[in-house]
Amino acid sequence: MSSYPLLSLAIWIPIAAGFVVLATGGDRNAALARRIALAGATLGFLVTLPLYVGFDTTSGAMQFKEVHAWIPHFNAYYRLGVDGISLLFVLLNSFVTVLAVLAGWRSAQERAAQYHAAFLIMSGLVNGIFSALDGFLFYVFFEASLIPLYLIIGVWGGPRRVYAAIKFFLYTLAGSLLFLVSILYLLIRSGSFAILDWHLLPLALHEQIWLFIAFFIAFAVKVPMFPLHTWLPDAHVEAPTGGSVVLAAIALKLGAYGFARFSLPIAPDAAHFFSWPMIALSLVAVFYIGFVALAQTDMKKLVAYSSISHMGFVTLGFFMFSAFSIEGALVQMISHGFVSAAMFLCIGVLYDRMHSRQIADYGGVADSMPRFAAFFMLFAMANAGLPATSGFVGEFMVILAAVQFKFWVAFIAASTLILGAAYTLWMYGRVIFMAVANDAVRALTDISRREFLILALLALCVLGMGLYPHAFTRVMHVSVNDLLQHLAVQKY
Amino acid sequence: MNETIIKTLSLAVVLAPLAGALVAGLFCRVIPRWLAAGAAIAGVGVAFAASWLIFQEIRAAQSFLHQLPVMRLAEGATIPASSFNIPIYTWMTSGSYAFGVGFLLDSLTVTMMLVVTFVSLMVHIYTIGYMKDDPGYNRFFSYISLFTFSMLMLVMANNFMQLFFGWEAVGLVSYLLIGFWYTRPTAIHANLKAFLVNRVGDFGFLLGIGLVLAHFGSLDYAAVFQKAPELGSATINLWGDAEWSLMTVVCVCLFIGAMGKSAQAPLHVWLPDSMEGPTPISALIHAATMVTAGIFMVSRMSPLFELSTTALSFVMIIGAITALFMGFLGIVQNDIKRVIAYSTLSQLGYMTVALGASAYSIAIFHLMTHAFFKALLFLAAGSVIIGLRHDQDMRRMGGLRKYMPITWITCLIGSLALIGAPFFSGFYSKDSIIEAVALAKIPGAGFAYFAVLAGVFVTAFYSFRLYFLVFHGKERFGRSEDRGQRTEDGKHDEHHGLAAGQKPHESPWVVTAPLILLAIPSIFIGYFTLEPFVVYGLGYFNGVIFVDGAAHGVMGEFTDHFKGALAMGLHAFVGAPFWLALAGVFCAWFLYLKRPGLPAAIQRRFPLLHALLENKYFADKFYETVFAGGARLLGRGLWRGVDVALIDSLAVNGAARLAGWGAALLRRLQTGYVYHYAFTMIIGLAALIGLWVSLPLLSGMEAREWWWRWIYSLRAG
Repeated sequence: MSSYPLLSLAIWIPIAAGFVVLATGGDRNAALARRIALAGATLGFLVTLPLYVGFDTTSGAMQFKEVHAWIPHFNAYYRLGVDGISLLFVLLNSFVTVLAVLAGWRSAQERAAQYHAAFLIMSGLVNGIFSALDGFLFYVFFEASLIPLYLIIGVWGGPRRVYAAIKFFLYTLAGSLLFLVSILYLLIRSGSFAILDWHLLPLALHEQIWLFIAFFIAFAVKVPMFPLHTWLPDAHVEAPTGGSVVLAAIALKLGAYGFARFSLPIAPDAAHFFSWPMIALSLVAVFYIGFVALAQTDMKKLVAYSSISHMGFVTLGFFMFSAFSIEGALVQMISHGFVSAAMFLCIGVLYDRMHSRQIADYGGVADSMPRFAAFFMLFAMANAGLPATSGFVGEFMVILAAVQFKFWVAFIAASTLILGAAYTLWMYGRVIFMAVANDAVRALTDISRREFLILALLALCVLGMGLYPHAFTRVMHVSVNDLLQHLAVQKY
Repeated sequence: MNETIIKTLSLAVVLAPLAGALVAGLFCRVIPRWLAAGAAIAGVGVAFAASWLIFQEIRAAQSFLHQLPVMRLAEGATIPASSFNIPIYTWMTSGSYAFGVGFLLDSLTVTMMLVVTFVSLMVHIYTIGYMKDDPGYNRFFSYISLFTFSMLMLVMANNFMQLFFGWEAVGLVSYLLIGFWYTRPTAIHANLKAFLVNRVGDFGFLLGIGLVLAHFGSLDYAAVFQKAPELGSATINLWGDAEWSLMTVVCVCLFIGAMGKSAQAPLHVWLPDSMEGPTPISALIHAATMVTAGIFMVSRMSPLFELSTTALSFVMIIGAITALFMGFLGIVQNDIKRVIAYSTLSQLGYMTVALGASAYSIAIFHLMTHAFFKALLFLAAGSVIIGLRHDQDMRRMGGLRKYMPITWITCLIGSLALIGAPFFSGFYSKDSIIEAVALAKIPGAGFAYFAVLAGVFVTAFYSFRLYFLVFHGKERFGRSEDRGQRTEDGKHDEHHGLAAGQKPHESPWVVTAPLILLAIPSIFIGYFTLEPFVVYGLGYFNGVIFVDGAAHGVMGEFTDHFKGALAMGLHAFVGAPFWLALAGVFCAWFLYLKRPGLPAAIQRRFPLLHALLENKYFADKFYETVFAGGARLLGRGLWRGVDVALIDSLAVNGAARLAGWGAALLRRLQTGYVYHYAFTMIIGLAALIGLWVSLPLLSGMEAREWWWRWIYSLRAG
């Protein structure tokens, strides 16, 4: 195993690069800022690759651990480590950051340095969230990651960006305050901030229930789960393309990851206690949000709602408590990272050219942008869960696990086969197919080399994961089994 | 047998068309046409050749085994020695499950492989001529090769996961090809409809697969079929307390998938609309191969379906409804392709009825003969369409036999095969189905027998209506007033038809050669391959298709009556189907050649019936309004009502506003004036006194008494 502090590098390289980019200053040096940003993001991604290669799939313990004293007075340590649950998210986040930087290459013309710096810093902070093993460190990263995203939406967003940014910020902040209370309570009860100690801490049922509720509010906002989801469509609609990509591919994973890292192992009995309401809310997300997505006329809103619907599978998978369902949920999270990023990037490609997100303004794009149409087709099909794309794997696993769990749960969940295809392909058909809608569409130019590169990378991920998901699930097995052990044992 | 050779061959079968598709697709804008077509055709050619070699291997393996007794279902359906179960790679492991990709090659699979690759090869060649003026030439080749790959993955799968992959992948290609001319709104409407209706079927299919995994613990065919007999009487609890037979639920769920893919009523609505796609794919996908995937799947699952008579009854009744009622709709269509499309629906119904009667091998037999003659009919129709410059309306055809002799003769052969003229291939398969249904005893068999018998007349009628309208009678094409006009439904703006005085001429050899090559099996293949399909226990499907002889003895009885292909053909002349078909042909001749004014008169005489058929039993309208419209309405209602109004406006922004108001109110209190604060104190004091007095009043006592009691209670405490 490598002796380099890989996780620290994964956190601090992007952040340091971010500050270097900031230092390039005004828009005169925009070209330089972009190059540095891309180099920083790429380097940040490359240092995460040894994590996957060197990961020991036979061990459920935390790997690549780093421990340093931080605030000894509070017992807060700089503790890092990844297991089979968090590993892939560090990679996903670092990878998506590269794409987000590339996506902002042309679209962010004003304050380019600050724009790219925000993405790099965000990336480092998120890696911190996924690898923190100390509750306080986690909290600091968790809160700090709000700031770059808030700025991305609020500064580089659309006309209603301030409303959307504040809504996003308040929603998530309100949730995380309860999270702060919970970790302080856990500190008092255990005398430590170590998350792994908390996993073993015996807690009475009523304590677990309160903790679960507090965690739930913090994480459900992020996922987002019905009925705490309404900030997401607004945030997506106003965010710039890169912002939407990071929001969908990364930020939404934080909530789901929180469930896996905190709610389930720390309050397992409460998780059982609340499993039915959680399953019900997940099914509402799949079914109800599926219908709501059908009614959208704004492409970004449609994909935002589709995101919520797909995240419903994640929470559904978590709360059916089987290895198959939890791994399905994790696979769905990764896949959603690829597919939603790709969908938002595709919409970004169109928006950059037409400055409209309205489906009605398009039609016949295939004529002028055939390469783009082919990529968009692939991603639309992945969004609709077609086999051999990554979108299929997670849904397939969760639905099959649901059949085992309760047939009618699977019955409702499987409605996504119809609803997901309906809204995705309806949008695709209206935008890409049909007669050319207007002269603006006729004059569109096909994707550039840079755009081709972004979409091709994602296409490889989507197809690779669809054809060989074993590469992803193999690292999860032992850690998921450990998680199930926690869930199987009564804690009081 | 040498496993590595078989493995290499089977990989070649699937990968060659995939490679062709990738070459033609990824580079469609840079490579010349001949290269795209060449790559695609070479890929499919390799697949056909490799399939033939595998077929030979399996025949060789069977020749060792032909003396073995017929395996009984109760012994557990093991994979027989004459089949090859070839794992390729592990797709995923999770929990206690492993999912793989691999091939199961046996007589059923290889039959399908040969049919698919042969018809596909014919269609590929035909496409060179049919699409020669189309700017999407390379893209088209890419799609049809991709389809061939997907279909082969479907039939060769050795597990349900891969089956589902192929199942959905052919759906994707069908979606792409129906919308091939993507600027037409009707095409885009039709392809979305096709995909969604198929997804409704897949919804059931996936749940069925889920039940298989949950109760059998594996998705591999071998493991599932092995375990099936133990679970024959198992029950499950779907919701509430009701217990359902596991096998019935599993089979019905799987069959719902087949209903979508094979367009069985009430999920048939997408197939007629799929005719928006170019004709070669109507032949390949929407007649010969993809739509028969459901039939293949049920046959593959015979070890499961045999365990549930209820499911078989369901299958049979759905098939019978489709066979008869979709045939009726073919009578009133004027678009040449739509007539054939309804005929396809009806024939798929026949195959489904055969499945319900446990005559799986006969269903596969009809699937095979139908693939040849229906592909032939579609390609012949395509040839007519080219000849008439993309006019599809039969009312503007007529007398074409003079101008297109090869198309005429081959189309006649196809029609004769379709209506079951004795000794043609369609006769053997269809008559076998009718006879099998006559022997069936499960609930619904009586109705099914009536339906398939009546269907013979209907089939003959609409087939020869088409034939007479197109090839005989007055020449109605090239009339100046028709030029540039839209067809009646106003959909096909690109239909030009011939200019006045222009005459159609025979299509080029790349179009007619496939017609001839398909006409040959349409005549002969039934006669020569009949026995392995219809004679139970002969060995070809031994250990591949399972029949519970005790419960569903159709195949056994059928075999007892069987006296050979020649005797069967001769016997036909004294049977009801032959005379019904003849009556159908006669009626078509009388109404459309002898007295061409009569159909319109009949139409006027029975307006209601005509409206019912013209509107396809109002199924499309019903679905569009209730399901499509209802879903959109519900979506909009939920969005506006719950998301926007209730959550966002009321709860979220309401909370924000409440906080704002509260803050404003509090701010107003802090004025900084002493007299305001003094006044507030007085009000507060007054409120306290008010409370002091009013609290006791609530309990109905006097104030002083209440307070005394309160003080006593404190003391006592």
